[in-house]
Amino acid sequence: MSIIEIKNLSFSYHKQKILEDINLEVEERDFLAIIGPNGGGKSTLLKLILGINPVKDGSIKTFGGVPKKNLSKVGYVPQNTNVNTDFPIKVIEVVLMGHIGTKRPLFGYAKEEKMCAIGALEQVGMEKFANTKIGELSGGQRQRVMIARALCAHPQILILDEPTASIDIDGQRRIYQLLKELNSYITIIVVSHDISVIMQYANKVVHINKRLNYHDMKTPQHGLRHQCDHFCEVEMFNIFKEIK
Amino acid sequence: MESILEALSFPFIQNALIAGLLVSMASGIIGSLIVVNRMVFLAGGIAHTAYGGIGMAVFFGLPIFLGASIFAVLSALIISIITINHRERMDTFIGLMWAIGMAVGVVLIDLTPGYNADFMSYLFGSILAVSQSDIYFMAGLLGVIIFIMTFYYRDILAVSYDSEYANLRGINVKFFYTLILVLSALTVVVAIKVVGLILVIALLTIPVYIAEKLSNTLYMMMIFSGLCSSLFTLLGLWFSYQYDVASGASIILVSALSLFIFLVFNKFK
Repeated sequence: MSIIEIKNLSFSYHKQKILEDINLEVEERDFLAIIGPNGGGKSTLLKLILGINPVKDGSIKTFGGVPKKNLSKVGYVPQNTNVNTDFPIKVIEVVLMGHIGTKRPLFGYAKEEKMCAIGALEQVGMEKFANTKIGELSGGQRQRVMIARALCAHPQILILDEPTASIDIDGQRRIYQLLKELNSYITIIVVSHDISVIMQYANKVVHINKRLNYHDMKTPQHGLRHQCDHFCEVEMFNIFKEIK
Repeated sequence: MESILEALSFPFIQNALIAGLLVSMASGIIGSLIVVNRMVFLAGGIAHTAYGGIGMAVFFGLPIFLGASIFAVLSALIISIITINHRERMDTFIGLMWAIGMAVGVVLIDLTPGYNADFMSYLFGSILAVSQSDIYFMAGLLGVIIFIMTFYYRDILAVSYDSEYANLRGINVKFFYTLILVLSALTVVVAIKVVGLILVIALLTIPVYIAEKLSNTLYMMMIFSGLCSSLFTLLGLWFSYQYDVASGASIILVSALSLFIFLVFNKFK
């Protein structure tokens, strides 16, 4: 069954076409990478999937329904987690934000919610930092906390927007390793520029620049010889592989 | 020491102390929210717009607190509507309301026949003229603030830290954003009584700045800034009484001096 089904989707902002005729299916336990130039519409597509932007032209179904209805099954890790680092908030409180609040007590957080949050921190290997102020963590650690926040509500799909931007190499490797582990039971969509990493982990890659080009990583592709109308980093990477 | 005991026997000094403590606690809590939400300029705008309310109250013969509250809450609602939809033009709108509110206040006070009350007291505070009903108003506001913070802390924390994510988790971000603004407006109104509208910003930010450095969580920050603010207010009042200088300015100078000492101490720790 496909978890996300996008059909003939177009989206304009201030009369400017940002996405045009997008068709995409995401299946259970896919690891989908979305690449493409800045301003090409990647983040807009995520916002449509998350129901932040309304769909006017075409359709998006998540778990067979409209995106807004099924947000509890979707975990989201936003871009730019390096902003607002002065904010007085502990790691555990950030993770607790991930709850949708169905079991909330009169005030504060329920014991169950706290247990879940600790569990999520354990999954990302950050449980030792539960009571640390968020601003005292490194960029990579903070990103893992944001992943824990998304995992807190036990989502079936995890959507990450540029999770490794401005994180050192070691931190990036750890995050992708973590995503690979999570992928054994969660579907993952990640927007990224980092092509070499994506080629190792993703089973599907789409290139978005207003229009969408699909690359299936399971069937081998042969660079330029195979496709002439579309050429992006994925083709480039395949050519390099052939030369090697 | 004797002079302090003597001072404490006067009812207006007792009222001033109670009012000072109530307003300090409220401004500690709300000031923390204003600072973490980066709304300091916005709070300044509301404070100056409230002057229009003071003018209106004087002109129509209404209680000052009521007039200022109505004006401040209305301006908070307008700012909320505008900033939710046009965040990029926020500074322009706040600057506009800031100036228009002041102008309305000045004109209405000028037009009031035979009005010659000391309107400097609204600019720089008049804590020694606090009445019993003012204290009830302040206590009521502090009660409401504490009630909301107790039951909606997690929502307000989520909206303040990451409003986009809070929205995705089903929290009504617009509602809580507006609520923060309205509470800020009411707190600004009671703080005008203590330090005056020109100095409100200092009362809402100096203790908070110190508290921010000392706290890991938002509620600790609120408690610390409430305590710092109370301490500064008490010291400022004592200074004001001892040397017979304006109370609002004394409170702010004590706060600023404490901040300076705190920063130096922090640097060489």
